[in-house]
Amino acid sequence: MTAPDPRHDTLERRMPRADPAAATALERTWRDPPGIIGWFAAINHKTISKRFMVTTILFFLAGGVLALLIRLQLAQPNAGIIGPDRYNQIFTMHGSTMMFLFAVPVMQAVATYLIPLMIGARSLAFPRLNAYAYWIFTMGGIMLYAAFFVDAGPDAGWFAYVPLSGPQYSPGKRVDFWAQMITFTELSGLMEAVVIITTILKLRAPGMSLNRMPLYVWTMLVTSFMVLFAMPSVMLASTALITDRLVGTHFYNPGEGGDALLWQHLFWFFGHPEVYLIFIPPLGFISSIVATFARRPVVGYPAMVLALVTTAFLAFGLWVHHMFATNLPELGKTFFTAASLIIAVPSAVQIFCWIATLGSGRLHVKTPLLFVLAFFFILVLGGLTGLMLASVSLDTQLHDTFFVVAHLHYVLLGGAVFPLFGAFYYWFPKFTGRLLNERLGRWNFWLFFIGFNVTFFPMHLLGLWGMPRRVYTYPAEMGWGDMNLVASIGAATIAASVLLFLVNVARSLRVGAVAGPDPWGAGTLEWSVASPPPMGNFEVIPVVHGRYPLWQPQPEPTHVEGMSNEWREVLVTTVADAEPDHRLWMPSSSVWPFLSALATTVLFVGSIFTPWAVVWAAVPVAVATTIWFWPRRAVVRERVRSELRP
Amino acid sequence: MNAAMSSNEPAAAMQDALRAAGTQAQHIGALWNGTLVLCTLVFVAIVVATIVAVWRAPRADAATRPDTTSLEGPEHRIWRRVGWATGAAVAGLLVLLAGDVFTSRALARLPLRDAVNIELVGHQWWWEARYRDGDPSHEFTTANELTIPVGRPVIVTLRANDVIHSLWVPSLSGKKDLIPGRTATLRLRADRAGTYRGQCAEFCGLEHALMALLVHAVPPADYEAWAARQRQPASEPADPVARHGRDVFLGTSCVMCHTVSGTPAQARTGPDLTHLASRQTIAAGMFPNNRGYLAGWIGDPQALKPGVNMPANTLPPDDLQALLAYLETLR
Amino acid sequence: MNALEQNRAAGKEAVRRGAALDVSGMPTFAFSTRSPMWWGTMGLVAIESTVFALTIMAYFYLRSHATVWPMSRFPPDLLWGNLNTAILLASMWPNHKAKQAAERLDLHGVRLWMTVCMVFSLAFLAVRVFEFGALNTRWDSDAYGSVVWMLLGLHTTHLVTDAYDSLVLTVLMFTGPHEGKRFVDVSENAGYWYFVVLSWLPIYAVIYWGARF
Repeated sequence: MTAPDPRHDTLERRMPRADPAAATALERTWRDPPGIIGWFAAINHKTISKRFMVTTILFFLAGGVLALLIRLQLAQPNAGIIGPDRYNQIFTMHGSTMMFLFAVPVMQAVATYLIPLMIGARSLAFPRLNAYAYWIFTMGGIMLYAAFFVDAGPDAGWFAYVPLSGPQYSPGKRVDFWAQMITFTELSGLMEAVVIITTILKLRAPGMSLNRMPLYVWTMLVTSFMVLFAMPSVMLASTALITDRLVGTHFYNPGEGGDALLWQHLFWFFGHPEVYLIFIPPLGFISSIVATFARRPVVGYPAMVLALVTTAFLAFGLWVHHMFATNLPELGKTFFTAASLIIAVPSAVQIFCWIATLGSGRLHVKTPLLFVLAFFFILVLGGLTGLMLASVSLDTQLHDTFFVVAHLHYVLLGGAVFPLFGAFYYWFPKFTGRLLNERLGRWNFWLFFIGFNVTFFPMHLLGLWGMPRRVYTYPAEMGWGDMNLVASIGAATIAASVLLFLVNVARSLRVGAVAGPDPWGAGTLEWSVASPPPMGNFEVIPVVHGRYPLWQPQPEPTHVEGMSNEWREVLVTTVADAEPDHRLWMPSSSVWPFLSALATTVLFVGSIFTPWAVVWAAVPVAVATTIWFWPRRAVVRERVRSELRP
Repeated sequence: MNAAMSSNEPAAAMQDALRAAGTQAQHIGALWNGTLVLCTLVFVAIVVATIVAVWRAPRADAATRPDTTSLEGPEHRIWRRVGWATGAAVAGLLVLLAGDVFTSRALARLPLRDAVNIELVGHQWWWEARYRDGDPSHEFTTANELTIPVGRPVIVTLRANDVIHSLWVPSLSGKKDLIPGRTATLRLRADRAGTYRGQCAEFCGLEHALMALLVHAVPPADYEAWAARQRQPASEPADPVARHGRDVFLGTSCVMCHTVSGTPAQARTGPDLTHLASRQTIAAGMFPNNRGYLAGWIGDPQALKPGVNMPANTLPPDDLQALLAYLETLR
Repeated sequence: MNALEQNRAAGKEAVRRGAALDVSGMPTFAFSTRSPMWWGTMGLVAIESTVFALTIMAYFYLRSHATVWPMSRFPPDLLWGNLNTAILLASMWPNHKAKQAAERLDLHGVRLWMTVCMVFSLAFLAVRVFEFGALNTRWDSDAYGSVVWMLLGLHTTHLVTDAYDSLVLTVLMFTGPHEGKRFVDVSENAGYWYFVVLSWLPIYAVIYWGARF
């Protein structure tokens, strides 16, 4: 049964379809090579992105299992199920997995699938770099879990405060694996940000000026700029930690002029923007889903964009609110209280605009919308507890207690994971050609919503009642047992809902309703192509005249002509107004990004054990990246014949 | 030694930010109440607005023609409403900011006349406490349990010996971190007699979960009597078994880490034991201070608190009993 | 001239043909902000600038907590640092010439000036080794030594990778295969070289003079 596809007519009637020969040639030009070598050589952005999404979801599941172990141990006072050493590794791995291996990477993974399709491009700007970033990320995650499985997992917390994580109090390799995982994942994140920014600024279809870009694309542009300025901070911090541990530097050693708070400043200067890296892309999911399911554009486009940019800037001015319990000057702390309160304003504007959109629209209530509606309950509650924590005085009671655990899960799941699930339900038909089952989706949603609140609401009380964080057990006479048991039952409910999601995915891949190009009647460009899209994305590149091209009439010119179907070619346009500028050839599939990532992994892992690895392992990295870059004579000779100089 | 046996103190040690027994916790509690009210109102408003919006909007499906009128001209009515709501949000934030500023000022204005000065040093996984005084001969050291006078301010100076710890006694005050290489200060005052429990609130390694602290707030006269006793060195045990126990203490690895003033044991790696018997708990507030637990602790601390820095001590049963008898004399 | 004006001047614009926009006459590569390569390079510049800025801030942060600075006895000797600064600044000239040659599509000019750049890179890499020796502190002496070595080490990593990138490009410009895109790569590589040299100036100031005031 095919889902109805009503809005598609408008665009289609005015735009010619590519003739079958051209479409076939395009498919052949852009497809991934076959075979096992071909699997490692694939660089099509959709191929890499699907692998990336699957990998991040696997890490999400791993992090979830770790959470279940935590809740198992904490369900009762003095439970002897998991001892302190294993428990400290488990909560460190849970936080590190969710923050570094899931929350940010999944956003980049989804973006690298959707962005070219939303902007009318056939490719990302640097497809091989995109592939390298995926492999580096995956290898880093595997390294961390390999260490965990041999009882060498990090155990100093996902935030690894010094001096605990330093050479004296965390001997052995555990924290080194953590610090190097940072290097892997932040390198990947930074490369992806460069890819995303360049793609968005240079490869938009003609006519898609910046103020016609989908709001989701704006969120990824803003997020990616933030990445450029935030991730270097944790890279520097973890590099200094590695050198403290491995070669005896004294950045964090107060005995030799170092400072324990230097770590905290560097880490949180990254750490606070990091949560906005996680929060801002889902704001784009929400805008996309609200528009489609309210059958109207989101209210206040300029205000929405301004709100995103403001949030991004403000996010860099909050980091000291993680350090309110330290002996920093009190007056300085108050500045950060004010900043932490102000940042609520742009988010409030967005929330009000969405509510206005829903209220003035006509609602098609399906699972994607349900997950988005949960945001208005869960994230808002989490944001309000965030305002509580912004006060220095209140924070001195609430910091490092289960109140913060409640807060962070309300904002991260309410603000990111629920919209992410909505996004999966929304774009799954585009990725796979089939719709997820609606009934299973509702069960998935309600189990998740109820389970989430049952798990995390009691934690507010536990924090107020005196329960600190990161404790492997607690005494019976504290009276915390009941609420902990409730939380653990909630966790089991969440697990059931996630299981339902996996069942829904597995089932729908086989027997789900076939989705046409546009099962939801949406307005943006990704819904104008087949589901799943052809390898070259657009058989005919559109010319864009409005923010919701599929909902608006299309004056002429309607499409682009003259792009090659024999070579991988993209159309480069100008930054502000997307006027056509030049054509650019994209690289062919290649195993060298994969091999370079392998060589880089050897360098990073080797340098955990000896600093000289940086020197000798640099050689294979240099060789692999050089071959990656080196052009093939036969290809160039052929291609140069159709070269046109500026 | 059990708190319930003392007629002056309530049965359980309180560790609850919502039940303030001291002025600092009280100020923060007031801010909490106000903030909770305001945030609840905002939460209800937004959730209700969302529900009303969703409830009242007509239903549609994927084939419903989208309404693109907003792309042709501005939606003034909607923008005005968003504007008002944003204005209300800003006003609410200003109220919160004001509340925070007022509370900070109140906390900073704790009168400090006639304060008790305690220097707290955080260790993995116990608290070293040195009571300071203008007269150096009045100073003394204890561990893991503080006694303070009700109604008098206490200035706690915070240092760390190894990693970052955090002092948190929620019924009395907010927390403050103990950071190696830095000196911090926490000022508080207990306004009601009682025993208040605190816990280390900054992850400090293996046994972070078992690093508690007891604060006994007692009438000022009781405090002076207690302090006077703490200043005394350990007295010569009368009982011969206890004397043998002292010899056991001085002859085994105990002296490598512990101080008992008045004896040659002057090491400072572990808690000061001079007045061990005056404390209700051992192992940083975790287990009752009685013969059974002490015996287990001395014999194999790892069984009670795995990873702790104290080694196991296998003693012949007679020696162990003598040692326990001696320790009971250290009041 | 912006992109549209350049295209118009060259007669290589997009042409309206009824409902279609015909781009078959447009160039297949372009320079500077027109090129995605420029944006990618700028992204890298943003990242590395942030790293340098944060490290310099860490230097002054640690200094603000120190009673004695430098914690070891002497600040770094000036000779090799000054010499290398001069060499680096001088290298901007052949670098500039290489960039201009690339934008003129002058293969001979690119080959010549990139070779000159490689000679400079040999020089500044060699002198950099001496700079490390003249710091008068070790990375493991104290926090001052650690941050000074980190600053110099981070910049050296850039020198090494930039030199290697440039070497690969130089060889490629001699051996071929040649196409227009390569000239854009040369131009962008030159842009990155500017960054490596100019970012050295504040780092030089901090390492060599930060302990003298």
